[in-house]
Amino acid sequence: MHDEPVIVANELTVVRGATAALRDVTFQIRPGRITGLIGPSGSGKTTLMRAIVGTQQIISGQLKVFGLPAGSKPLRARIGYVTQSPAVYQDLTAQQNLRYFVSILGLPKSEADAALKAVDLSANAEQLVGTMSGGQRARVSLAVALLGKPDLLVLDEPTVGLDPVLRKRLWELFAELAAQGRTLLISSHVMDEAEQCPELLMLRDGRLLMHGTKQELFERTGMRTVHDAFLKLAEGEQ
Amino acid sequence: MRPRRTLATSARVLKQLGHDHRTLALLFVVPVVLLGLLAWILTDMPGVFDMIGAALLGIFPFVVMFLTTSIATLRERSSGTLERLLAMPMGKLDIILGYALSFGLLAVGQAVIASTVAVRLYGLDIAGPEWMLVLLAVANALLGTTLGLFASAFARTEFQALQFMPAFIFPQFLLCGLLVPVDRLPSVLEAVANILPLTYAVDAMQLISRQPTISAEIWTDLAIVLAFAVAAVVLGAATLRRKTK
Repeated sequence: MHDEPVIVANELTVVRGATAALRDVTFQIRPGRITGLIGPSGSGKTTLMRAIVGTQQIISGQLKVFGLPAGSKPLRARIGYVTQSPAVYQDLTAQQNLRYFVSILGLPKSEADAALKAVDLSANAEQLVGTMSGGQRARVSLAVALLGKPDLLVLDEPTVGLDPVLRKRLWELFAELAAQGRTLLISSHVMDEAEQCPELLMLRDGRLLMHGTKQELFERTGMRTVHDAFLKLAEGEQ
Repeated sequence: MRPRRTLATSARVLKQLGHDHRTLALLFVVPVVLLGLLAWILTDMPGVFDMIGAALLGIFPFVVMFLTTSIATLRERSSGTLERLLAMPMGKLDIILGYALSFGLLAVGQAVIASTVAVRLYGLDIAGPEWMLVLLAVANALLGTTLGLFASAFARTEFQALQFMPAFIFPQFLLCGLLVPVDRLPSVLEAVANILPLTYAVDAMQLISRQPTISAEIWTDLAIVLAFAVAAVVLGAATLRRKTK
Protein backbone atom coordinates (compact mmCIF):
# COMPACT_ATOMS: atom_id res chain seq x y z
CA MET A 1 0.00 0.00 0.00
CA HIS A 2 2.72 2.43 0.97
CA ASP A 3 4.43 2.24 -2.38
CA GLU A 4 1.28 2.49 -4.48
CA PRO A 5 1.78 5.23 -7.08
CA VAL A 6 0.33 8.59 -6.07
CA ILE A 7 -0.33 9.76 -9.62
CA VAL A 8 -1.02 7.51 -12.59
CA ALA A 9 -1.42 9.12 -16.00
CA ASN A 10 -2.33 6.90 -18.92
CA GLU A 11 -2.34 8.34 -22.45
CA LEU A 12 -3.62 11.59 -20.99
CA THR A 13 -4.75 14.11 -23.60
CA VAL A 14 -6.03 17.60 -22.90
CA VAL A 15 -7.20 19.97 -25.61
CA ARG A 16 -7.44 23.68 -24.83
CA GLY A 17 -8.98 25.76 -27.59
CA ALA A 18 -7.73 24.46 -30.91
CA THR A 19 -4.43 23.01 -29.69
CA ALA A 20 -3.56 19.90 -27.74
CA ALA A 21 -2.01 21.09 -24.49
CA LEU A 22 -1.09 17.53 -23.54
CA ARG A 23 -0.76 14.59 -25.92
CA ASP A 24 -0.72 10.94 -24.82
CA VAL A 25 1.13 11.58 -21.61
CA THR A 26 1.82 8.42 -19.61
CA PHE A 27 3.71 8.23 -16.30
CA GLN A 28 3.49 7.18 -12.66
CA ILE A 29 4.69 9.03 -9.60
CA ARG A 30 5.52 7.17 -6.43
CA PRO A 31 5.05 8.59 -2.92
CA GLY A 32 7.56 10.43 -0.79
CA ARG A 33 9.54 11.98 -3.61
CA ILE A 34 10.11 15.32 -5.20
CA THR A 35 9.43 15.20 -8.91
CA GLY A 36 10.47 18.16 -11.01
CA LEU A 37 8.11 18.98 -13.85
CA ILE A 38 10.47 20.59 -16.32
CA GLY A 39 9.75 22.22 -19.63
CA PRO A 40 9.78 25.57 -21.39
CA SER A 41 6.90 27.95 -20.97
CA GLY A 42 3.91 26.72 -22.97
CA SER A 43 4.94 23.07 -22.77
CA GLY A 44 1.85 22.04 -20.80
CA LYS A 45 3.18 22.07 -17.24
CA THR A 46 0.36 24.13 -15.77
CA THR A 47 -2.26 22.18 -17.73
CA LEU A 48 -0.91 18.92 -16.33
CA MET A 49 -0.92 20.32 -12.80
CA ARG A 50 -4.47 21.62 -13.14
CA ALA A 51 -5.57 18.23 -14.46
CA ILE A 52 -4.02 16.53 -11.41
CA VAL A 53 -5.65 18.97 -9.02
CA GLY A 54 -8.95 18.47 -10.82
CA THR A 55 -9.65 21.91 -12.24
CA GLN A 56 -8.85 20.97 -15.85
CA GLN A 57 -11.12 18.86 -18.01
CA ILE A 58 -9.51 15.83 -19.58
CA ILE A 59 -10.34 14.92 -23.17
CA SER A 60 -9.13 11.33 -23.26
CA GLY A 61 -6.94 8.93 -21.33
CA GLN A 62 -6.83 8.27 -17.62
CA LEU A 63 -5.57 10.26 -14.69
CA LYS A 64 -5.75 8.83 -11.19
CA VAL A 65 -4.58 10.37 -7.94
CA PHE A 66 -4.37 8.12 -4.87
CA GLY A 67 -6.27 5.55 -6.92
CA LEU A 68 -9.23 7.87 -7.60
CA PRO A 69 -10.07 9.77 -10.80
CA ALA A 70 -8.51 13.25 -10.63
CA GLY A 71 -10.98 15.82 -9.29
CA SER A 72 -12.83 13.33 -7.04
CA LYS A 73 -14.26 14.92 -3.95
CA PRO A 74 -12.23 12.96 -1.35
CA LEU A 75 -9.03 14.16 -3.02
CA ARG A 76 -9.70 17.83 -2.31
CA ALA A 77 -8.51 17.58 1.29
CA ARG A 78 -5.39 15.61 0.33
CA ILE A 79 -3.88 17.93 -2.28
CA GLY A 80 -2.22 21.28 -1.73
CA TYR A 81 -2.00 23.39 -4.89
CA VAL A 82 -0.04 26.56 -5.51
CA THR A 83 -0.88 28.36 -8.74
CA GLN A 84 1.72 30.28 -10.70
CA SER A 85 0.42 33.70 -9.72
CA PRO A 86 -0.18 33.87 -5.97
CA ALA A 87 -3.83 33.04 -5.28
CA VAL A 88 -4.29 34.95 -2.04
CA TYR A 89 -6.32 38.00 -1.05
CA GLN A 90 -4.33 41.18 -1.59
CA ASP A 91 -6.59 43.23 0.65
CA LEU A 92 -6.06 40.99 3.69
CA THR A 93 -2.99 40.57 5.86
CA ALA A 94 -0.92 37.40 5.53
CA GLN A 95 -2.36 36.14 8.80
CA GLN A 96 -5.96 36.92 7.82
CA ASN A 97 -5.42 34.99 4.60
CA LEU A 98 -4.06 31.96 6.43
CA ARG A 99 -6.76 32.09 9.10
CA TYR A 100 -9.49 32.13 6.47
CA PHE A 101 -8.18 29.04 4.73
CA VAL A 102 -7.60 27.38 8.12
CA SER A 103 -11.28 27.78 8.95
CA ILE A 104 -12.33 26.53 5.51
CA LEU A 105 -10.25 23.40 6.08
CA GLY A 106 -11.50 23.09 9.66
CA LEU A 107 -8.04 23.16 11.23
CA PRO A 108 -6.93 24.61 14.58
CA LYS A 109 -6.03 28.30 14.44
CA SER A 110 -2.41 27.60 15.42
CA GLU A 111 -1.88 26.02 11.99
CA ALA A 112 -1.99 29.48 10.41
CA ASP A 113 1.03 30.71 12.37
CA ALA A 114 2.89 27.44 11.84
CA ALA A 115 2.46 27.70 8.06
CA LEU A 116 3.66 31.32 8.06
CA LYS A 117 6.69 30.25 10.06
CA ALA A 118 7.45 27.45 7.61
CA VAL A 119 7.75 29.97 4.78
CA ASP A 120 9.68 32.42 6.95
CA LEU A 121 7.00 35.10 7.06
CA SER A 122 6.21 35.24 10.78
CA ALA A 123 7.55 38.78 10.94
CA ASN A 124 5.17 39.88 8.17
CA ALA A 125 2.01 38.28 9.58
CA GLU A 126 0.27 41.64 10.03
CA GLN A 127 1.26 43.03 6.64
CA LEU A 128 -1.30 43.45 3.86
CA VAL A 129 -0.46 41.02 1.08
CA GLY A 130 -1.01 43.79 -1.48
CA THR A 131 1.93 45.71 -0.06
CA MET A 132 4.29 42.72 -0.14
CA SER A 133 6.95 41.94 -2.71
CA GLY A 134 6.25 39.32 -5.37
CA GLY A 135 8.37 36.76 -3.55
CA GLN A 136 6.60 37.35 -0.25
CA ARG A 137 3.20 36.97 -1.92
CA ALA A 138 4.31 33.72 -3.49
CA ARG A 139 5.30 32.48 -0.05
CA VAL A 140 1.93 33.40 1.48
CA SER A 141 0.35 31.39 -1.32
CA LEU A 142 2.70 28.49 -0.59
CA ALA A 143 1.87 28.68 3.12
CA VAL A 144 -1.82 28.20 2.27
CA ALA A 145 -0.98 25.03 0.35
CA LEU A 146 0.96 23.66 3.34
CA LEU A 147 -2.11 23.88 5.61
CA GLY A 148 -3.48 20.58 6.80
CA LYS A 149 -0.33 18.72 5.74
CA PRO A 150 -1.65 17.45 2.40
CA ASP A 151 -0.24 14.15 1.10
CA LEU A 152 0.39 15.62 -2.33
CA LEU A 153 1.72 19.09 -3.00
CA VAL A 154 1.41 20.44 -6.53
CA LEU A 155 3.51 23.58 -6.82
CA ASP A 156 3.54 25.62 -10.02
CA GLU A 157 6.84 27.52 -10.27
CA PRO A 158 7.01 28.23 -6.52
CA THR A 159 10.55 29.58 -6.48
CA VAL A 160 10.62 31.77 -9.59
CA GLY A 161 12.12 35.17 -8.97
CA LEU A 162 13.07 34.48 -5.37
CA ASP A 163 16.30 35.48 -3.73
CA PRO A 164 18.80 32.55 -4.00
CA VAL A 165 19.16 32.27 -0.22
CA LEU A 166 15.42 32.00 0.19
CA ARG A 167 15.16 29.60 -2.72
CA LYS A 168 17.69 27.32 -1.08
CA ARG A 169 15.70 27.41 2.13
CA LEU A 170 12.48 26.52 0.34
CA TRP A 171 14.13 23.57 -1.37
CA GLU A 172 15.25 22.42 2.09
CA LEU A 173 11.64 22.71 3.22
CA PHE A 174 10.48 20.65 0.22
CA ALA A 175 13.09 17.95 0.99
CA GLU A 176 11.89 17.90 4.60
CA LEU A 177 8.28 17.45 3.47
CA ALA A 178 9.30 14.61 1.15
CA ALA A 179 11.22 12.97 4.00
CA GLN A 180 7.95 13.01 5.99
CA GLY A 181 6.45 10.86 3.23
CA ARG A 182 4.71 13.53 1.23
CA THR A 183 4.81 13.65 -2.53
CA LEU A 184 5.76 16.87 -4.29
CA LEU A 185 5.33 17.80 -7.91
CA ILE A 186 7.18 21.04 -8.59
CA SER A 187 7.24 22.75 -11.96
CA SER A 188 9.94 25.00 -13.29
CA HIS A 189 11.06 26.36 -16.62
CA VAL A 190 14.49 27.01 -15.14
CA MET A 191 16.63 23.96 -15.83
CA ASP A 192 18.96 24.70 -12.89
CA GLU A 193 16.10 24.16 -10.48
CA ALA A 194 15.66 20.65 -11.81
CA GLU A 195 19.03 19.79 -10.32
CA GLN A 196 17.27 19.80 -6.94
CA CYS A 197 14.80 17.11 -7.95
CA PRO A 198 15.72 13.45 -7.63
CA GLU A 199 13.10 12.59 -10.23
CA LEU A 200 12.16 14.44 -13.40
CA LEU A 201 9.24 14.70 -15.80
CA MET A 202 10.20 16.58 -18.93
CA LEU A 203 7.56 18.14 -21.12
CA ARG A 204 7.87 19.81 -24.49
CA ASP A 205 4.97 20.87 -26.72
CA GLY A 206 2.57 18.84 -24.63
CA ARG A 207 4.52 15.63 -25.01
CA LEU A 208 6.46 13.77 -22.38
CA LEU A 209 10.13 13.89 -23.36
CA MET A 210 11.21 11.63 -20.55
CA HIS A 211 10.42 10.50 -17.01
CA GLY A 212 12.98 9.04 -14.65
CA THR A 213 15.65 9.82 -12.11
CA LYS A 214 18.33 12.35 -12.80
CA GLN A 215 20.90 9.54 -13.09
CA GLU A 216 18.79 7.81 -15.72
CA LEU A 217 18.54 11.04 -17.62
CA PHE A 218 22.28 11.59 -17.58
CA GLU A 219 23.01 7.99 -18.57
CA ARG A 220 20.54 8.06 -21.42
CA THR A 221 21.78 11.29 -22.89
CA GLY A 222 25.44 11.15 -21.91
CA MET A 223 25.12 14.69 -20.57
CA ARG A 224 26.00 16.03 -17.15
CA THR A 225 23.50 18.85 -16.64
CA VAL A 226 19.71 18.84 -16.89
CA HIS A 227 19.94 21.73 -19.31
CA ASP A 228 22.17 19.84 -21.80
CA ALA A 229 20.16 16.65 -21.38
CA PHE A 230 16.94 18.51 -22.20
CA LEU A 231 18.52 19.94 -25.37
CA LYS A 232 19.73 16.51 -26.43
CA LEU A 233 16.28 14.96 -25.91
CA ALA A 234 14.55 17.82 -27.74
CA GLU A 235 16.94 17.46 -30.69
CA GLY A 236 16.31 13.72 -30.79
CA GLU A 237 12.58 14.42 -31.15
CA GLN A 238 12.92 16.60 -34.21
CA MET B 1 -22.74 23.20 2.48
CA ARG B 2 -21.34 23.88 5.96
CA PRO B 3 -22.30 26.90 8.09
CA ARG B 4 -18.69 27.15 9.30
CA ARG B 5 -17.38 27.69 5.78
CA THR B 6 -20.20 30.05 4.83
CA LEU B 7 -19.62 32.20 7.91
CA ALA B 8 -15.84 32.13 7.51
CA THR B 9 -16.29 33.34 3.93
CA SER B 10 -18.59 36.21 4.83
CA ALA B 11 -16.28 37.23 7.69
CA ARG B 12 -13.39 37.22 5.24
CA VAL B 13 -15.27 39.38 2.71
CA LEU B 14 -16.13 41.87 5.47
CA LYS B 15 -12.49 41.97 6.61
CA GLN B 16 -11.44 42.71 3.03
CA LEU B 17 -13.85 45.64 2.93
CA GLY B 18 -12.63 46.67 6.38
CA HIS B 19 -9.27 47.41 4.78
CA ASP B 20 -11.00 49.50 2.10
CA HIS B 21 -12.51 52.46 3.94
CA ARG B 22 -13.27 54.44 0.80
CA THR B 23 -15.49 51.73 -0.66
CA LEU B 24 -17.33 51.40 2.62
CA ALA B 25 -17.89 55.15 2.79
CA LEU B 26 -19.11 55.28 -0.82
CA LEU B 27 -21.44 52.37 -0.20
CA PHE B 28 -23.25 54.17 2.62
CA VAL B 29 -23.00 57.76 1.44
CA VAL B 30 -23.83 57.56 -2.29
CA PRO B 31 -27.53 56.58 -2.00
CA VAL B 32 -28.05 59.23 0.70
CA VAL B 33 -26.47 61.94 -1.45
CA LEU B 34 -28.44 60.90 -4.54
CA LEU B 35 -31.73 61.00 -2.64
CA GLY B 36 -30.77 64.39 -1.20
CA LEU B 37 -30.06 65.67 -4.68
CA LEU B 38 -33.42 64.41 -5.87
CA ALA B 39 -35.24 66.05 -2.95
CA TRP B 40 -33.44 69.31 -3.73
CA ILE B 41 -34.28 69.16 -7.45
CA LEU B 42 -37.94 68.67 -6.59
CA THR B 43 -38.12 71.40 -3.91
CA ASP B 44 -40.52 73.57 -5.94
CA MET B 45 -42.69 70.69 -7.11
CA PRO B 46 -44.69 69.74 -4.00
CA GLY B 47 -45.69 66.09 -3.72
CA VAL B 48 -43.43 64.79 -6.49
CA PHE B 49 -40.62 63.69 -4.14
CA ASP B 50 -43.17 61.78 -2.07
CA MET B 51 -44.34 60.07 -5.28
CA ILE B 52 -41.02 58.91 -6.69
CA GLY B 53 -38.72 59.17 -3.66
CA ALA B 54 -39.87 55.84 -2.25
CA ALA B 55 -39.41 54.06 -5.59
CA LEU B 56 -35.90 55.45 -5.98
CA LEU B 57 -35.14 54.43 -2.41
CA GLY B 58 -35.68 50.93 -3.71
CA ILE B 59 -33.64 51.41 -6.86
CA PHE B 60 -30.47 53.13 -5.60
CA PRO B 61 -29.36 50.42 -3.13
CA PHE B 62 -30.31 47.83 -5.76
CA VAL B 63 -27.95 49.35 -8.34
CA VAL B 64 -25.08 50.07 -5.93
CA MET B 65 -25.14 46.56 -4.48
CA PHE B 66 -25.38 44.98 -7.93
CA LEU B 67 -22.21 46.72 -9.08
CA THR B 68 -20.24 46.17 -5.87
CA THR B 69 -21.06 42.49 -5.69
CA SER B 70 -20.39 41.68 -9.32
CA ILE B 71 -16.97 43.37 -9.22
CA ALA B 72 -16.04 41.72 -5.91
CA THR B 73 -16.84 38.21 -7.11
CA LEU B 74 -15.11 38.85 -10.40
CA ARG B 75 -11.97 39.72 -8.45
CA GLU B 76 -12.26 36.42 -6.63
CA ARG B 77 -12.26 34.70 -10.02
CA SER B 78 -9.43 36.62 -11.63
CA SER B 79 -7.11 36.46 -8.60
CA GLY B 80 -7.13 32.66 -8.73
CA THR B 81 -8.51 32.39 -5.20
CA LEU B 82 -11.79 31.00 -6.54
CA GLU B 83 -9.95 28.16 -8.26
CA ARG B 84 -8.01 27.55 -5.06
CA LEU B 85 -11.19 27.42 -2.98
CA LEU B 86 -12.88 25.07 -5.43
CA ALA B 87 -9.88 22.74 -5.28
CA MET B 88 -10.38 22.61 -1.49
CA PRO B 89 -13.14 20.82 0.38
CA MET B 90 -15.44 23.80 -0.14
CA GLY B 91 -19.07 23.88 -1.23
CA LYS B 92 -20.02 26.11 -4.13
CA LEU B 93 -23.03 27.30 -2.18
CA ASP B 94 -20.72 28.21 0.74
CA ILE B 95 -18.92 30.70 -1.46
CA ILE B 96 -22.05 32.29 -2.91
CA LEU B 97 -23.91 32.34 0.42
CA GLY B 98 -20.83 33.74 2.14
CA TYR B 99 -20.83 36.64 -0.29
CA ALA B 100 -24.61 37.06 -0.14
CA LEU B 101 -24.46 37.18 3.66
CA SER B 102 -21.69 39.77 3.97
CA PHE B 103 -22.96 42.02 1.20
CA GLY B 104 -26.49 41.44 2.47
CA LEU B 105 -25.37 42.80 5.83
CA LEU B 106 -23.94 45.90 4.13
CA ALA B 107 -27.15 46.17 2.12
CA VAL B 108 -29.17 46.23 5.34
CA GLY B 109 -26.99 49.00 6.72
CA GLN B 110 -27.21 50.95 3.51
CA ALA B 111 -30.99 50.62 3.20
CA VAL B 112 -31.59 51.55 6.84
CA ILE B 113 -29.41 54.66 6.58
CA ALA B 114 -30.87 55.78 3.23
CA SER B 115 -34.50 55.32 4.21
CA THR B 116 -34.05 56.90 7.65
CA VAL B 117 -32.35 59.96 6.18
CA ALA B 118 -34.97 60.18 3.42
CA VAL B 119 -37.85 60.24 5.89
CA ARG B 120 -36.31 62.23 8.76
CA LEU B 121 -34.08 64.69 6.93
CA TYR B 122 -35.48 65.02 3.41
CA GLY B 123 -39.07 64.89 4.61
CA LEU B 124 -40.17 61.97 2.48
CA ASP B 125 -43.83 61.60 3.36
CA ILE B 126 -45.22 58.11 2.97
CA ALA B 127 -48.71 56.93 3.88
CA GLY B 128 -47.64 53.48 5.11
CA PRO B 129 -45.46 52.56 8.10
CA GLU B 130 -41.80 53.51 7.99
CA TRP B 131 -40.53 50.06 9.01
CA MET B 132 -42.10 48.55 5.90
CA LEU B 133 -40.25 51.11 3.77
CA VAL B 134 -37.00 50.05 5.41
CA LEU B 135 -37.82 46.37 4.98
CA LEU B 136 -38.54 46.86 1.28
CA ALA B 137 -35.35 48.84 0.77
CA VAL B 138 -33.39 46.03 2.43
CA ALA B 139 -35.09 43.43 0.21
CA ASN B 140 -34.19 45.44 -2.89
CA ALA B 141 -30.59 45.81 -1.82
CA LEU B 142 -30.46 42.05 -1.23
CA LEU B 143 -31.90 41.51 -4.69
CA GLY B 144 -29.16 43.71 -6.17
CA THR B 145 -26.55 41.72 -4.23
CA THR B 146 -27.72 38.33 -5.41
CA LEU B 147 -28.29 39.42 -9.03
CA GLY B 148 -24.77 40.85 -9.00
CA LEU B 149 -23.45 37.50 -7.79
CA PHE B 150 -25.29 35.75 -10.56
CA ALA B 151 -24.33 38.21 -13.30
CA SER B 152 -20.64 38.06 -12.42
CA ALA B 153 -20.64 34.41 -13.51
CA PHE B 154 -20.95 35.62 -17.10
CA ALA B 155 -18.25 38.25 -16.95
CA ARG B 156 -14.65 37.38 -17.71
CA THR B 157 -13.25 40.89 -17.29
CA GLU B 158 -14.00 43.98 -15.22
CA PHE B 159 -15.10 45.80 -18.38
CA GLN B 160 -17.69 43.15 -19.10
CA ALA B 161 -18.93 43.28 -15.52
CA LEU B 162 -19.39 47.05 -15.79
CA GLN B 163 -21.35 46.62 -19.02
CA PHE B 164 -23.73 44.27 -17.24
CA MET B 165 -25.03 47.20 -15.30
CA PRO B 166 -26.63 48.85 -18.39
CA ALA B 167 -27.45 45.39 -19.76
CA PHE B 168 -29.12 43.95 -16.64
CA ILE B 169 -30.28 47.03 -14.79
CA PHE B 170 -31.33 49.73 -17.28
CA PRO B 171 -34.01 47.66 -19.05
CA GLN B 172 -35.49 46.85 -15.65
CA PHE B 173 -35.30 50.50 -14.69
CA LEU B 174 -37.13 51.58 -17.89
CA LEU B 175 -39.82 48.95 -17.52
CA CYS B 176 -40.34 48.90 -13.75
CA GLY B 177 -43.26 51.31 -13.77
CA LEU B 178 -41.47 54.40 -12.59
CA LEU B 179 -41.43 56.14 -15.99
CA VAL B 180 -44.67 54.70 -17.36
CA PRO B 181 -47.09 52.67 -15.22
CA VAL B 182 -46.73 48.99 -16.12
CA ASP B 183 -50.39 48.61 -17.15
CA ARG B 184 -49.99 51.41 -19.70
CA LEU B 185 -47.01 49.82 -21.45
CA PRO B 186 -47.46 48.14 -24.88
CA SER B 187 -48.68 44.61 -24.16
CA VAL B 188 -45.43 42.85 -25.07
CA LEU B 189 -43.43 45.16 -22.81
CA GLU B 190 -46.00 44.76 -20.05
CA ALA B 191 -45.50 41.00 -20.23
CA VAL B 192 -41.73 41.48 -20.06
CA ALA B 193 -42.04 43.91 -17.14
CA ASN B 194 -44.11 41.34 -15.27
CA ILE B 195 -41.27 38.84 -15.24
CA LEU B 196 -38.63 41.32 -14.06
CA PRO B 197 -37.94 41.58 -10.30
CA LEU B 198 -37.51 45.35 -10.14
CA THR B 199 -41.13 45.79 -11.30
CA TYR B 200 -42.34 44.16 -8.08
CA ALA B 201 -39.82 46.04 -5.95
CA VAL B 202 -40.96 49.40 -7.31
CA ASP B 203 -44.64 48.42 -7.17
CA ALA B 204 -44.31 47.68 -3.44
CA MET B 205 -42.52 50.97 -2.85
CA GLN B 206 -45.23 52.90 -4.67
CA LEU B 207 -47.97 51.14 -2.74
CA ILE B 208 -46.38 51.85 0.63
CA SER B 209 -46.10 55.51 -0.24
CA ARG B 210 -49.83 55.72 -1.06
CA GLN B 211 -51.58 53.23 1.26
CA PRO B 212 -51.76 53.74 5.03
CA THR B 213 -52.06 49.99 5.67
CA ILE B 214 -49.95 47.11 4.43
CA SER B 215 -52.01 45.34 1.80
CA ALA B 216 -51.65 41.72 0.71
CA GLU B 217 -50.27 43.07 -2.56
CA ILE B 218 -47.24 44.49 -0.79
CA TRP B 219 -46.53 41.17 0.92
CA THR B 220 -46.85 39.39 -2.44
CA ASP B 221 -44.44 41.87 -4.07
CA LEU B 222 -41.98 41.38 -1.21
CA ALA B 223 -42.22 37.60 -1.49
CA ILE B 224 -41.59 37.77 -5.25
CA VAL B 225 -38.52 40.01 -4.77
CA LEU B 226 -37.10 37.63 -2.17
CA ALA B 227 -37.87 34.61 -4.37
CA PHE B 228 -35.84 36.22 -7.17
CA ALA B 229 -32.99 36.79 -4.70
CA VAL B 230 -33.01 33.14 -3.61
CA ALA B 231 -33.17 31.94 -7.23
CA ALA B 232 -30.17 34.14 -8.10
CA VAL B 233 -28.14 32.60 -5.25
CA VAL B 234 -28.96 29.05 -6.37
CA LEU B 235 -28.26 29.83 -10.03
CA GLY B 236 -25.07 31.66 -9.06
CA ALA B 237 -23.81 28.56 -7.24
CA ALA B 238 -24.86 26.33 -10.14
CA THR B 239 -22.84 28.39 -12.62
CA LEU B 240 -19.58 27.97 -10.66
CA ARG B 241 -17.48 25.34 -12.39
CA ARG B 242 -14.80 23.36 -10.65
CA LYS B 243 -13.34 22.23 -13.96
CA THR B 244 -12.63 24.34 -17.02
CA LYS B 245 -12.11 23.25 -20.59
